[in-house]
Amino acid sequence: MIPSAFDYARPSTVEEAVQALVDAGEDAKVLAGGQSLLPVLRMRLAAPTVVVDIGRVPELRGITEDADNVVIGAMTTHYDVARDHLVQDHASLIARATETVADPQIRHRGTFGGSLAHADPAGDLLAPALALGAVMVVAGPNGRREVPASEFFVDYFTTTLAADELLVAVKVPKHTGWLSHYEKFNRVAQAWSIVAVGVSLRVSGGQIADARVGLTNMASVPVRAVGVEQALIGQPAGADVLRAAAEHAAEGTSPGSDGNGDAAYRSQLAKVLTGRALSMAVGG
Amino acid sequence: MRVTMVVDGVSYTDEVEPRTLLVQHLREKLGKTGTVVGCDTGNCGACTVHVDGHSVKSCSMLAAQADGCEITTIEGLARDGKLHPVQQAFHDNHALQCGFCTPGMIMQAIDLLADDPDPDERTVRHGLEGNLCRCTGYQNIVRAVQDAAHRLKPAAEADRERETVAGGE
Repeated sequence: MIPSAFDYARPSTVEEAVQALVDAGEDAKVLAGGQSLLPVLRMRLAAPTVVVDIGRVPELRGITEDADNVVIGAMTTHYDVARDHLVQDHASLIARATETVADPQIRHRGTFGGSLAHADPAGDLLAPALALGAVMVVAGPNGRREVPASEFFVDYFTTTLAADELLVAVKVPKHTGWLSHYEKFNRVAQAWSIVAVGVSLRVSGGQIADARVGLTNMASVPVRAVGVEQALIGQPAGADVLRAAAEHAAEGTSPGSDGNGDAAYRSQLAKVLTGRALSMAVGG
Repeated sequence: MRVTMVVDGVSYTDEVEPRTLLVQHLREKLGKTGTVVGCDTGNCGACTVHVDGHSVKSCSMLAAQADGCEITTIEGLARDGKLHPVQQAFHDNHALQCGFCTPGMIMQAIDLLADDPDPDERTVRHGLEGNLCRCTGYQNIVRAVQDAAHRLKPAAEADRERETVAGGE
């Protein structure tokens, strides 16, 4: 199938893009990499009157750093994020999770900001962004504002972005030297995560000094596994500690039930995958 | 709207509707029917082409997004009537049954080999994750990609030959 007809805007600056959204009203869609939007348009699950293509806005692409953050432009592709040295050195969990997104062709087109703004709870980048305390830089008609990941995700496919706002960049606080792993469970190649777990640990002298754990698809939004983090911090990074901590993974979550598994199955998966992710992070 | 793109070395400028998919444009406007539509959902990879040197699924991209880009399709691989080494490797290894997935498999295999010129079996399977073969002919496809990797490494072969000669002296 082909999409229903729409008007097409191709701004070349963030300000033009926001203006295009203002002009279009509620019925516009932002086209980033298009790897979620194009299938949705083709299946006619969405029929926007205006598509605003932000693929030619140079400011939105690329990765930089400031003293405390790696700053990832919203339109940076998964392919570029996963290979980037700043991301690998200072936010390795983001790199590990990005490598697992979909398949190579989709990683060539799909973008970091597009995935976050799409806010699919099975998307692989939401939980790592939440776990590392990322901050979204959002542009709107009244200028720019910053929204922490913990407030950005509201519900299934829903963020705090207004219809006339655009995600411009994501500031990821530096977690230099932290040990990370993203453990994802699905049944077939390129499928969405049924459940996935991202862990990032600061280990010093054999002790876990700090821990961040994020869960994918264990609620309508990404979730921090706070119980796991608390069970890890201050403990030795040994197998018994990791195993015991993983038992807390499903606490405070509200997983859905679908054809891939019911809530109890997902809760069990969360514990098993957290255990694996922790031992992979420490071992690797 | 008007779009210009270089496809298989030839520049084309056309009027397209904004909703036109790249694969539609390639097939229906430019006659590049070597690129096929398999699943129409973004899963199967049969429509894979290269856009500015990277593999993409041309059913998941608008023609408008490819404005100003350089596209290579399966039809642009052969040189002077001679198949691309990856095409030849697919031929020699019987890496197809019905052949429908083949254009996309070959385009993705070339991309994969550009990133990793000497992939092990696991890397090949992982790199072809976005391409589905409904005949499940994966064994020979993987074999063909690894065979192609060896064919694409003339420099490495020459080095080995030089070493052999040097060792013999």
